[in-house]
Amino acid sequence: MIEKDKLYSIWVYLQAEPLFWLTLTIGSYLIGDFLYRKSKLFPLVNPVVISITIVSLVLINLNVSYERYFDGAKFIHFMLGPATVALAIPIYKKFKFIQKEALSIFVSLIVGSLFAIISTFVLCKLFNINDQLLFSMLPRSATAPIAMGVSELIGGIPSVTAIITLLSGIVGASFGTFALDLLKLKDMAARGFGMGLASHGIGTARAMSRNETAGVFAALALGLNGIATAILVPLLLKLLNLF
Amino acid sequence: MLRSIFIIFFYQLMGEAIKKIFEIRIPGPVIGLVLLLITLILLKRLKTKFVNNLKKDVADTSTYILKYLSFLFVPIGVGVVMHFSYLENNLSKVLFIVFVSTILTIGISAFLMEKINKRINKK
Repeated sequence: MIEKDKLYSIWVYLQAEPLFWLTLTIGSYLIGDFLYRKSKLFPLVNPVVISITIVSLVLINLNVSYERYFDGAKFIHFMLGPATVALAIPIYKKFKFIQKEALSIFVSLIVGSLFAIISTFVLCKLFNINDQLLFSMLPRSATAPIAMGVSELIGGIPSVTAIITLLSGIVGASFGTFALDLLKLKDMAARGFGMGLASHGIGTARAMSRNETAGVFAALALGLNGIATAILVPLLLKLLNLF
Repeated sequence: MLRSIFIIFFYQLMGEAIKKIFEIRIPGPVIGLVLLLITLILLKRLKTKFVNNLKKDVADTSTYILKYLSFLFVPIGVGVVMHFSYLENNLSKVLFIVFVSTILTIGISAFLMEKINKRINKK
């Protein structure tokens, strides 16, 4: 048996290396993904949430600072930028669809995007939410890398935006279908578009698992609303002289 | 693989540079996304073997990266847990706002799209 002191010194050595935190992050995500598949893609069993929970529990129990963890995990975080650029591909692939239904896509994109931003703004004001949190919430319907970038730009806290964006995704994916059924909407393209617009990647994954057309339009809305939010949020704040 | 990573990084780099030069208030990667999209559309008619291979390369790599899009949120999500005290006092309010706004946004955008499509198809 290895002595306790020796075990401790191995741990001290390992936890200073980025490799440990990278391995932990990937491993915890694989566990989350496994559970998600086991639950037959049940929207409330989210691999990201599971992974975040596991890593956070490890950090808290071993008394490791977030800065030390991020020093390793920043390599994963870095890829969010290139991933945003890569969104050009699904948008390009669905370009024929965009041209065919250009008018309805354009109108519901602009109205939906504006509604998401303005309703968040009005509700925040109504509930006396402070400005920093308000700015962190405004871009929440865009896909996270874009939402976080916008948040940083307008004076929000990107990591707070990340959880609120994640929440928007989970809420939409879990309860969005009920709203669509309530409105008696049958057009799969329209249903998917709404999910992708308000709930980005998580909503898109959900739509894709239900119906292919819905999935295609959700991915399209995810990309388009990312761009629309990036333009509209700073623009609206400028109009209100808040930015 | 390597050249498609180069292209994606290069477009992000151009996005960051353009954001800085013109002082545009849009994240650099989003400008990179739009530039790449414009390039792809412009190259649509250019069907040389080189361009086709390059496009397929970039498409494959992008699809691969996007497959793990949600995984990329884990590091920042862990940061959220550390920021949670910041949200705690407002947690119930935030949940309420997110719930109402998200559900209504889904309903309104889907409703509009279905109605407009119906009207166009009737004509």
